[in-house]
Amino acid sequence: MTSLSKILFIDLSNRTSYVEYREDLFEKLLGGTGVATRLLLEYCPENADPLGPDNPIIFAVGPLTGLFPLASKTVSMFKSPLTGNLGESHAGGRSAIAIRSAGYGAIVITGSSETPVYIAIHGGDVNFRDASGIWGIVNSVTVGRVVRELEKGSGMRTVMRIGGAGENLVSYACVTSETYRHFGRLGLGAVFGSKKLKALVVSGDESIEVEDKKRYREVYDEIFEKAVESPLMKKYHNIGTASNVMPLNELKAIPIMNLKMASSPDVEGISGERLVEGYLGRRVACAHCPVACVHIAALREPYEREPYFYKTSMISYDYEPVYSLGAMLGIFEIKGFLKLLDAVEAWGMDAMSTGVTLAWATEAYEKRLITDRDTLGLKFRWGDHQTYIKAVELIARARANEFYKALAKGLEHASSCYGGKDFALSFGSNEMPGYHTGPMCYAGYLTGSRHSHLDGAGYSLDQKTLNLENLPEPKEAAKELFKEESWRQILTSLVVCLFARGIYEKDVVSDTLEINGIRLNSEELEKLGSEILSMKYEFKLREGFNPNKLRIPNRILETETPHGKIDEAYLRKTVDDFFQLFPQY
Amino acid sequence: MFACNRRYGNGGLSKSAIRVRSAGGFERGFVVIACRACADPPCMKVCPTDALSLRKGGGVILDRSKCIGCRLCLDACPVRAVFWDEEANKPNICVHCGYCTDYCPYDILELREVEAR
Repeated sequence: MTSLSKILFIDLSNRTSYVEYREDLFEKLLGGTGVATRLLLEYCPENADPLGPDNPIIFAVGPLTGLFPLASKTVSMFKSPLTGNLGESHAGGRSAIAIRSAGYGAIVITGSSETPVYIAIHGGDVNFRDASGIWGIVNSVTVGRVVRELEKGSGMRTVMRIGGAGENLVSYACVTSETYRHFGRLGLGAVFGSKKLKALVVSGDESIEVEDKKRYREVYDEIFEKAVESPLMKKYHNIGTASNVMPLNELKAIPIMNLKMASSPDVEGISGERLVEGYLGRRVACAHCPVACVHIAALREPYEREPYFYKTSMISYDYEPVYSLGAMLGIFEIKGFLKLLDAVEAWGMDAMSTGVTLAWATEAYEKRLITDRDTLGLKFRWGDHQTYIKAVELIARARANEFYKALAKGLEHASSCYGGKDFALSFGSNEMPGYHTGPMCYAGYLTGSRHSHLDGAGYSLDQKTLNLENLPEPKEAAKELFKEESWRQILTSLVVCLFARGIYEKDVVSDTLEINGIRLNSEELEKLGSEILSMKYEFKLREGFNPNKLRIPNRILETETPHGKIDEAYLRKTVDDFFQLFPQY
Repeated sequence: MFACNRRYGNGGLSKSAIRVRSAGGFERGFVVIACRACADPPCMKVCPTDALSLRKGGGVILDRSKCIGCRLCLDACPVRAVFWDEEANKPNICVHCGYCTDYCPYDILELREVEAR
């Protein structure tokens, strides 16, 4: 039987591991984000080098993992090589159930290996396997194929791995699990690479004891019914997250060509509907999710030199890659978009950061801030996917010249070297997501603990306030963002997928926790959420985050949003008011 | 998989008698592995303690008191539909109750009566 409070500690420097039970953490902070934040505060020394041996890699699951539907995600935490501060990224696939079934609530990996290694955890059995023979395999899919053949646990395991970008320490390299899911944002792949850790396999089959079995099945069935009947779930099953492409385009809120525009008739060429109709090859679900939002396109291409000879690639896509590697780069043609996405996936880079960085590079090239000498002859041009594919390889290899090395360190860094800050669309050093909905989404990117749209859902607040005569007072907007981000700390501590947030309302969460012997009412949950959020800021402030020095690129003020042009004073005030809500500020 | 395990009231997958795995990587799709209720089940034939007997209506029934945990049934099944409960050291045998089908929103799984072959 599993105990959620069991934490596996792995030291790569000495190749040792041990287990510790931390009831104190899991009783107070549930799991996931809450527990991982506390572990990060405990195990990441102050001012640790994100790419040094001291930076811990933390994975945490929660009390709902393995018990309830849509509790499919694992939270990873680390110090981010991209922002130099709190790094948090979530992935589904089979990662969560595998970690819980192996008997753990969290895994903490510290130290660094001298030679390439991969870790295989099968229940209580922890193995350090030589990865010299697979180091240098740049395609993350191939790495998965090799490791899969070497390890047991088919159907019950997760295979997390890095591609070439992670090995080469690209600041926004991702960790891929089960081919199509990613710890995408903030550079966990580079942290793996810095430790010479090529892959992490976890499998197990321990059961999770429930005391009130009858009540468990009742609560389960209520949640399951809601999940399969919810319209949001149907939308994400049918067309997937790419169903947001057209509505956002109509709203004039999808960033196009480095946000020179926020709407274009061309966007229809890469709409969710077009993708499904022309290319959908398969849908995939994360383990324990009835939705299956993961959409996989089948791209059939002829071989250049052989007639009647084709290869079919299966490429997963979502709204964010359609935005970042499609619209943002002026690629409005599906085949080109898919080929570029396939290259980014193979190298193992975050699709969002890659697209936004290339969009800046294209505009910088237009404005002659960078020249052919910098680009090594590549002529960046909107819509030219072939050139972008070549650039992706040069970034992922991170050694061709100073320019590509700079791009590999992220947009904030590259624009510090080459200029063009006004149109460098990163916030808190994280490249922006695909929502230009109004001031609240940007307040969210600036204040959110991960600088992500998923933190406080400002994009949703923007859309809810569209019909109001006036924008809410900055103080009110800040409160809303804070409230939403606080509540999301609970959801990601449980850990449930954020798409299930409409199902896991406060009373439902209380019911599910009761099955676990935890009694928390709505008010107590809200309070805990804001405490976890404050704890994240404790880490951020400790590591030098300065809320007064947040950069706002001019471009977002120039291009109209559905709320008209953004008033910088309003945005700044909202951001200031947000930080006033923290007790420590 | 989760539904099957939930029949016992617990979470996780250790007692599941059905499995879904990839067909050699997620990019190749999925395979559902479940007991096909053979008329003359190989698992039953290799059981040295007669712990497995024919179930009325198809499949086999496990007499847990007779099972010694030898795993011969595991290897005898040509579609690998016998799974192992490591905690109990006994096989997970499908009882064809159809509980899993209630939790398959896409009608991939179905409980259907068929003529005996």
